[in-house]
Amino acid sequence: MSSLSRDDVAKLAGLARIEMSEDEMVNLANEFTVILDAVARVQEVATADVKPTSHPLPLKNIFRSDVVAPSLSPEDALSGAPAQEEQRFRVPQILGEE
Amino acid sequence: MIRNSAAQMAAQLAAGEVTSVALTQAHLDRITAVDTDVHAFLFVDTQGALEQAAAVDAKRAKGEKLGPLAGVPLALKDVMAQKGIPTTAGSKILEGWRPPYDSTVVTNLKKNDIVILGKTNMDEFAMGSSTENSAYGPTHNPWDLTRIPGGSGGGSSAALAAFEAPLAIGTDTGGSIRQPAAVTGTVGVKPTYGGVSRFGLIAFSSSLDQAGPCARTVLDTALLHEAIAGHDPKDSTSINAPVPQVVQAAKAGDVKGMKIGVVKELNGDGYQPGVRARFEESLELLAKAGAEIVEVSAPNFEYALAAYYLIAPSECSSNLARFDAMRYGLRVGDVDGASAESVMNLTREVGFGKEVKRRIILGTYALSSGYYDAYYGSAQKVRTLITQDFTNAFLKADVLVSPTCPTTAFKIGEKANDPLAMYLNDIATIPVNMAGIGGMSLPSGLADEDGLPVGFQIMSPVMKDERMYSVGAALEAALLSKWGAPLLDLAPVMGGAK
Amino acid sequence: MSISYDDVVAKYEPVLGLEVHVELNTNSKMFCGCATTFGAPPNTQTCPVCLALPGALPTVNEKAIESTIKIGLALNCSIAPFSRFARKNYFYPDMPKNFQISQYDEPICVDGYVDVEIETDEGPKVFRVEVERVHMEEDTGKSLHVGGATGRIHGAEYSLLDYNRAGIPLVEIVTKIVPGTGKYAPEVAKAYVAELRDILRALGVSDVKMEQGSLRCDANVSLRLIGAEKLGTRSETKNVNSLRSVERAVRGEMIRHAELLNAGGRVVQETRHFQEDTGLTRSGRSKEQAEDYRYFPEPDLVPVEPDAAWIESLRATLPERPSIHRKRLQEAWGVPDKEMAAMINADVLNIVEATVVLGADPTKARSWWLGEISRIANDKNCAIADLAITPTDVAEIVALVNAGELTDKLARQVVEGVIAGEGKPDAVIAARGIKVVNDDGALMAAIEKVCAEQAETAEKVRGGHIPAAGALIGAVMKETKGQADAA
Ligand SMILES: [Mg+2]
Ligand SMILES: [Zn+2]
Repeated sequence: MSSLSRDDVAKLAGLARIEMSEDEMVNLANEFTVILDAVARVQEVATADVKPTSHPLPLKNIFRSDVVAPSLSPEDALSGAPAQEEQRFRVPQILGEE
Repeated sequence: MIRNSAAQMAAQLAAGEVTSVALTQAHLDRITAVDTDVHAFLFVDTQGALEQAAAVDAKRAKGEKLGPLAGVPLALKDVMAQKGIPTTAGSKILEGWRPPYDSTVVTNLKKNDIVILGKTNMDEFAMGSSTENSAYGPTHNPWDLTRIPGGSGGGSSAALAAFEAPLAIGTDTGGSIRQPAAVTGTVGVKPTYGGVSRFGLIAFSSSLDQAGPCARTVLDTALLHEAIAGHDPKDSTSINAPVPQVVQAAKAGDVKGMKIGVVKELNGDGYQPGVRARFEESLELLAKAGAEIVEVSAPNFEYALAAYYLIAPSECSSNLARFDAMRYGLRVGDVDGASAESVMNLTREVGFGKEVKRRIILGTYALSSGYYDAYYGSAQKVRTLITQDFTNAFLKADVLVSPTCPTTAFKIGEKANDPLAMYLNDIATIPVNMAGIGGMSLPSGLADEDGLPVGFQIMSPVMKDERMYSVGAALEAALLSKWGAPLLDLAPVMGGAK
Repeated sequence: MSISYDDVVAKYEPVLGLEVHVELNTNSKMFCGCATTFGAPPNTQTCPVCLALPGALPTVNEKAIESTIKIGLALNCSIAPFSRFARKNYFYPDMPKNFQISQYDEPICVDGYVDVEIETDEGPKVFRVEVERVHMEEDTGKSLHVGGATGRIHGAEYSLLDYNRAGIPLVEIVTKIVPGTGKYAPEVAKAYVAELRDILRALGVSDVKMEQGSLRCDANVSLRLIGAEKLGTRSETKNVNSLRSVERAVRGEMIRHAELLNAGGRVVQETRHFQEDTGLTRSGRSKEQAEDYRYFPEPDLVPVEPDAAWIESLRATLPERPSIHRKRLQEAWGVPDKEMAAMINADVLNIVEATVVLGADPTKARSWWLGEISRIANDKNCAIADLAITPTDVAEIVALVNAGELTDKLARQVVEGVIAGEGKPDAVIAARGIKVVNDDGALMAAIEKVCAEQAETAEKVRGGHIPAAGALIGAVMKETKGQADAA
């Protein structure tokens, strides 16, 4: 029933920020026709009267009181940084705006 | 010494018959001897382990009150953050990353003076059932080095089966503790969701992930369970209630009058004959031990696998977005004039393996506008139906049982190119994660056709984890007297099966 | 091509939509215990959670939830009995998790309104701005763009990221579309944001400092031919950072749209950026194809289900509504409507109130802020809040005048000095040697000196020729640098 084209995969790879070779996209598109048929079975029983479960436990209102806890030292905070400068994370130029 | 149970080691330490340093060194030596063949470990913290062991010995000498497992060594799945220790989750994208903080599980282990030997191999970000998806090469099953040790926690289960450690930590999102335990002849428990803190557990699928204890006996598993469990304010989904009395249950091992429900849908077609034979045999032993065996039906379980492969990928597509080369981990393509976006794209292409990318794309699709209701939304409804099936089944039985997985350990590479076949390994373990209940796998013997270990799964209601320990301990005792020795003593000598 | 504002509103009806983001003034962040101090050294207020280190998990700040519920109540919203956090998925380097924890289809407050009063040709008129939702989310980090055109992202060679702001609690307040404001659209937009700011300030939930970004406004504007049903294409002007700018941005966009439409062109749906200097907006990212945020319930957090008791206990803490508060002040001060409107319009009401609280009488306080100080602000083309003078300074100056220590003329010099950054009033007085001379010694000396110099004139005066005194006094004043009390 459901299937994905190479272009669909390209669009999804863009959303997921993953560079992909032509072959990779074609292969994934092929695999997905199989996988999607398998997973689409959920629709057989997912009728309107069934409530969705997004969490296994019926918990609610779990809060933390507004108290300051110690932060990491800037050294620790930046310890994994691929590049840093002036106690900031240095990253390549950001194109486009949010 | 290293073939003892953790409980026996703890007793020897308490009696002063052995020091933690000696015990730790013995395991480090074993790792040096066999891990080139098994490849259970990604990192061995020789110095840290010995220092921690010496500290425990010192405390003991001073007569300080120590936890029941103080001084006993443990293997930690590499998905758990440990301060200053390389933590990769089996992925290239985190190569060389050393967390500046401890996961709550690690904090609890340290509090209990349990010695951490190192980090064990796993499928990348816990996505897999064979540990073949590790960016650092597969782990080999000590029963037959040409076979998989299960996954994603194959490193932890192999370390136990190869006597490289008596205790290990695993995480279970769809069976990653129980299936490796089953195929390596060890014991693994997935506690009730929220029973053990997820803080510091590198997330695969937040609503399914659960850390748990792995060992070679039910009692050892229970002791480790109580050491790591309990409420954690750092995890909003952690249960604020007393830890179930699992050690007590494991010691008593009493099933008299207990109703044990056999799940009709988790047996039969697709299950290897040897797996079914061992399962029937175990049921008889439990009946002999005084349990009442009943059959229960869970009609919606057949949709669990489909729902799982929508929910887990959806959550992982979001959870893994943070691996973007900006703040930590791998960075690729940062040449002059490169943009942050192109560096993210290139880093994620190189840093993630095939299966991880497959699931990220699948999850991105399942959440995208126009498809959410058909896929993620429907999967959440199936989750409701599966939970209802469990609720109904637990009206008829105190615990539910099934084979842990349909087959014994398959050959490395056998299913590597057939994702769906690979996914089928988890058909019997996934429902437990969907409902957030407890699940245990313990060895029920060897399959006649291939002489490989078979796992027996026990499922207990939310926060009634002690029940699976009662049943597990009873079955373990019955099997032990039947075999005359622990199953692992029947394992071929390391490497002999090459 | 260019078209007058009157022509615009004669032909088109503007439709507004306002999105306001408010940083709450909690001690700790929304989902972790890091401090929220403004201006701290980079990355000193970060932890595994707000840096999105692998394995870290969020926990919800209860105070932030309470503040949001209070805001909802103050904006006449109903509080949802069940609400949930959701992940808004998109990649951006200043957002560590590459998703924002926000709320999607289950916000905590819905369906409220704010009434704003503005001066129209027919006198004061109340416009009701309907609030669609108030929801909780988290702020992003700050990026510093190095190389290329500074400040602007394009052309930057690389960026430096500071995550101190990442995870600070944000409340987003979204209006329904606001039609029917006609030519008053810019004033209504400004008045709405001002009213919102006053309500939030009265609630004490935020610093509401637009210049520091703790209150940020996105203004959506579209035009449709008068009488038309269908809405026009809207533009979304981001981060307008002062009340004046809100008004200017809306007016500017109305004219820009009208010019496009009159020229037979079409408005592009896009985000635009307001430029304080020109008062114009420039194009940002086109939103033609809306991006796909793949919202889904945040699995690391549990639902928020406030019960009636909790909501009522919060309602009980609500302060007096600013509109009512204003009425009370007006009576207490005995100020005529026009003066009151003038103060509100000039946005000096709070400052005047503060000055009065510090002991100044309302009339003097008002005339200083509304007169001299407003004038200087206008000359400098900046907001009064940006000037270096505080209610304390003005109250002190008023007191000095009352005590006869200063003349009004000298007081103005002191005000200038304070604004010029020469320090507090006493410092300015000392530095500039400003002093009302009332010790007779100095004065007599001056007079004798003058009389000696102008003996003739002095004689005339002594002879009863009063008018001549003027010359003497003038000279004495000159002698005493105008510090003599002429009477
Ligand atoms: Mg927002
Ligand atoms: Zn933080």
